[in-house]
Amino acid sequence: MTDLTLAQLSNLSVYSAMVVLTLAMLAHGLYLARVVPAREAVAVEAPERELVAAGGGSAPGDDAPAVPTEKADEPAGARKAAGIGHSLTVLGTLLVVAGVVLRALEVHRWPLGNMYEFAIVGAMFTLLAYVAWSARRDLRWLGVFVTGPVLLVLGAAITVWYTDASELMPSLRSVWLAIHVTVATMSVAVFTIGASLGILYLIQDRVEAREGGATGRAAFMRRLPTARALERLTYATHIVAFPMWTFTVIAGAIWARQAWGSYWNWDPKEVWSFVIWTVYAAYLHARATTGWRRQNAVWISLAGFVCVLLNFAVVNVFFVGQHSYSGM
Amino acid sequence: MSTTDDRPTTETAPAGDGTPPRAPVTQPRLGAVGWLRFLWRQLTSMRTALFLLLLLSVAAIPGSTFPQRSIDAARTTQFITDHPTAGPILDKLGFFAVYASPWFAAIYLLLFVSLIGCVAPRSRIHWHQLRSRPPRAPRRLERLAAHSEEVVDGTPDEVRERLRGVLRSKRYRVHAHDDTSLSAEKGYLKETGNLVFHLALIGVLVGVAWGHLLGWKGDVIVPVGDTFANSLSSYDTFSPGPWVDVNDLSPYAIRLDRLDVKFETEDTGRGQFGMPRDFRAYTTFTTPEGRTEAREIAVNHPLETGGGSVFLLGNGYAPKVTVRNAAGKAIYTSATPFLPQDNNYTSVGAIKVPGAQPDELGFAGFFLPTGVIDSEQGPHSTFPDTLDPQLALTAFSGTLFPGGGPQSVYTLDTAEMKPLPGKDGADQLRILLKPGQTYELPEGRGSITFDGVERFAGLSIRTDPGKTLTLVSALLALAGLVLSLVVRRRRVFVRVRPEEGTGRTVVSVGGLAKDDDEGMADEVAAVLTAPGGTR
Ligand code: HEM
Repeated sequence: MTDLTLAQLSNLSVYSAMVVLTLAMLAHGLYLARVVPAREAVAVEAPERELVAAGGGSAPGDDAPAVPTEKADEPAGARKAAGIGHSLTVLGTLLVVAGVVLRALEVHRWPLGNMYEFAIVGAMFTLLAYVAWSARRDLRWLGVFVTGPVLLVLGAAITVWYTDASELMPSLRSVWLAIHVTVATMSVAVFTIGASLGILYLIQDRVEAREGGATGRAAFMRRLPTARALERLTYATHIVAFPMWTFTVIAGAIWARQAWGSYWNWDPKEVWSFVIWTVYAAYLHARATTGWRRQNAVWISLAGFVCVLLNFAVVNVFFVGQHSYSGM
Repeated sequence: MSTTDDRPTTETAPAGDGTPPRAPVTQPRLGAVGWLRFLWRQLTSMRTALFLLLLLSVAAIPGSTFPQRSIDAARTTQFITDHPTAGPILDKLGFFAVYASPWFAAIYLLLFVSLIGCVAPRSRIHWHQLRSRPPRAPRRLERLAAHSEEVVDGTPDEVRERLRGVLRSKRYRVHAHDDTSLSAEKGYLKETGNLVFHLALIGVLVGVAWGHLLGWKGDVIVPVGDTFANSLSSYDTFSPGPWVDVNDLSPYAIRLDRLDVKFETEDTGRGQFGMPRDFRAYTTFTTPEGRTEAREIAVNHPLETGGGSVFLLGNGYAPKVTVRNAAGKAIYTSATPFLPQDNNYTSVGAIKVPGAQPDELGFAGFFLPTGVIDSEQGPHSTFPDTLDPQLALTAFSGTLFPGGGPQSVYTLDTAEMKPLPGKDGADQLRILLKPGQTYELPEGRGSITFDGVERFAGLSIRTDPGKTLTLVSALLALAGLVLSLVVRRRRVFVRVRPEEGTGRTVVSVGGLAKDDDEGMADEVAAVLTAPGGTR
C-alpha cells in the first residue's frame, strides 16, 4: 500500500469514528434521558457511624454503593440505549485505534510528532481508558461526558490541526519521544476524564445542596451517582494521572538533557508542564488538608486541566521555544 | 493516617466549647518566642504549603509569556526596546529572569522550609508508629464504618487464633491487647511513601542547586578541520557556576573532521521542504592522556568526555574569503563563520581585515547557501543547503575596533568607519560574489575573492555534577508518590465471645480505613470468610 492510500485510510477511519461516536453520544444521552425513575429506591439513610479512622483521626465511613447498581429498575428502553451506546463507543474506539495505527504506518515512525497526532492519540487513550474502566464498573452514565469531549478533540484535530505526514526534526528522533510523549498523552487522557467527573461532581453537589440531600435531585442529575461518589471517582482518576504526569516531566527532562544539553531550560513548554504539575499537586494536597472543602479542591483540579488545555492549544502554537514541532 | 494527629497543625480548639471568648486584655502576651513559634506553626501548616504551591505555579507563568534573558537575550532586549515604559520596570522586577528572581526564590525556599518543618516531625511520628502495635479494639465494633458479625464453630480462642492466621496472611500486623480481641493494621507503606516523596523533593532541589553552583557551560564554534582544545580561552562564551574553578578544565581536544548535514530535498507540498533531517559530526577526540579516538556527535547523541558532555547544538556556514592588497598580496585568508538567521540559513556575519592599508577594512552582510535577492525581502536563502551559494557584502574602511573593546565576531562596529562608495556613484558599495569570483575594490584598495564554503559546528559543552542526584531523587519521589497513592492504610479489629449454650462463637469484625476506602467492607467480609479462618 502506498503512503497516500494509508493516509486516506487513516483519515477515513477518523471520520468514521466521529460518525460512530456521535451516534454513541446520542445513545448514551438517550439512556440518561430515559432512566429517570431508576434511582429513587436506593436512598436508604446510612446508619450513624463511629467516627474513628485508621491512624486515629476522623473520616466518616460510607459504604453506600458509588454507582447505581440496580439495573433491574431501569426501563428496558434506557437499558437498550445504553447497550447500543456502549457498543458504538467500543466500535468508535477501534476506529480511532485503526486511524492511529494507519497513520503510524503512513509516516513510518511513532505517530506523535505534531499536534494532529497528539490529538488523535489523546482521543484514543481517552476512549481506551473509558472502555477499560467500564469493563470494571457501570459507567454508562459517563458515556456522554467522555464521547462528547473526544468528539470535540477529534473535530478540532481534523479541521484545525491537520498536518500531512512528515518526518521529524532531528531533535525529535529519539526513543524518548515514544516514552515521554506517549505517557504525556495517556495522562492527559486520564486528566480529561477526571475533569469531566470533577465538573459533574460540582454540579451534582450544588444540585444536592439546593434540593436537600441525595434524594431530591433534579431529573437529569438524578441519573448520575451521588456527589460524594463522583468526588471519589474524580480523585481516583487523578491519582492515576498525576504519577503519569510526574513521569512525563522526568522523562522529558532526561530527553532534554540528551537533545539540548541541559535537563531543564525553562522553555515555555517546560514551564507549563511544571505549572500543571504543581497545580495538580496542590489539588491532591488540598484534598488531604483538614478544613479544606472538597469542592475547592476539585476547583483546583479543574484549574489544572485548564493549564493542560492551554499547554496544548496555546503554548504549542503561540509561544516561542524549543518545543516547536514540525508543521505546526 | 489522619491529617490531624500526624503533623503539627494550626487548628485551634473548636469554638463553642462553652467558654466565652476571653477579652483581649486578659489574653497572655505571646512574646518573641511565642510569636516565632506561632509563625513556624503557620509556615509548616498544610494550608500554607497549599497556598505556596499554588503561588509557585502562578509565579512560574510570566517566565513563559515574557522573553527570558538566559534563553534569548536578543529577544529580551528587543522586547524592552519595544516597550519603553513597561520594559525597564518589568526588567527591574525580574520578569525577564523569572527563575532567578528573588520573589520566585522566596516562594520555593519558603515552600521547602515548610516542607522540612512538616516532614521532620511526621517522620519521627511515623518511625514511632512503625515500631508500635496497632491500637486496642474499640468496644463496639458494630459502630465502625465496615462491620460484620457471624456465629461460627469452635471456641472463642480457636476462632481467634485462626483469624490471627488469616490477618497475618493478608499482611496485617496483628496484636492481641486482651484475650477476646485482635487489633490489626497494614499499609504503613502509605505514609512511608508519602515521606519518601516529600524528602526526595528536597533531594531534587539540592541536586538542582548543586548543579547550578558547580556546573558550567560553554559554547564554541568549530569550523570543519579545526581543533577545539578544552580550556577557558578556547570558548566563545563560557558561563561557570559560582563555585567552579575555571582553571581546572579537563585538557582534552576535539578535531572536527567532517560534518554531515541533511535537509529534506523533496518538495512534497507539505511545508517540509528544506527541513533539517540529520546533523552528524565526525570527530577525533584526544583524551587528556593523549590517546585519540574517532567519535561521532549527533543530535540526541552527545559525546561524553568525562569532563563535560559535548552537544552538537548548531551548525552553519563559514565562507572562505581571501582579501588582497593593491599589490596582489593576500592579507587575509580565512573561513569566517556566519550566523544562520532562519531555517534556510540566511546567515549574517562580518569579515574584519585589520591588516589592510591605508585604513582597516571591514565587510558585513549575508551568506546565502541558495541565494535569491529581490527587492521585497532583500538577500535571502531559499534552501538550507549550498545549491547556489552567494555572498552579499557591503564594505567599510576606517577603524575596526574603536576603543579596543570586545565586540561580536558577527557584526561590524561602524562607528568609526565609512562605507566604500559604489562604482556608479552610489554611496554604498554592494558586492555580490559566487564561489571563485573576485571583486576589485574601489580606491585602489585591492580585491576580495570568495574561495568557497565550509561548514562549522556549534558545540556546547556542559557539566552538571548535580544531575545524578536530581534524577535519582526525582525517581525516588515518583516511587514514593505511587506508594503513597496506591497503598491503603487499614485497620481491622476482631472480637470473639461464646454464644450462650451452643459452644459456638460469635465473631465480630470491624474495619477502619484512612479517608474514603470503598473496599473496606469487602475486606472485612474477606477476613470473616477466608478459608482457614472461620470456614
Ligand atoms: C514542594 C512542595 C510540596 C509538594 C510538591 C507536595 C505534594 C504533595 C502531593 C502530590 C501529595 C499527595 C500524594 C501523597 O499523598 O503523597 C502530598 C501529600 C501530603 N503533603 Fe505535600 N507537598 C509539598 C509540600 C508539603 C508540605 C510543606 C507539607 C506540610 C505542611 C506537606 C504535607 C503533606 C501531607 C501531610 C500529605 C499527605 C496527605 C494525606 O494523604 O493524608 N506537603 N503532597
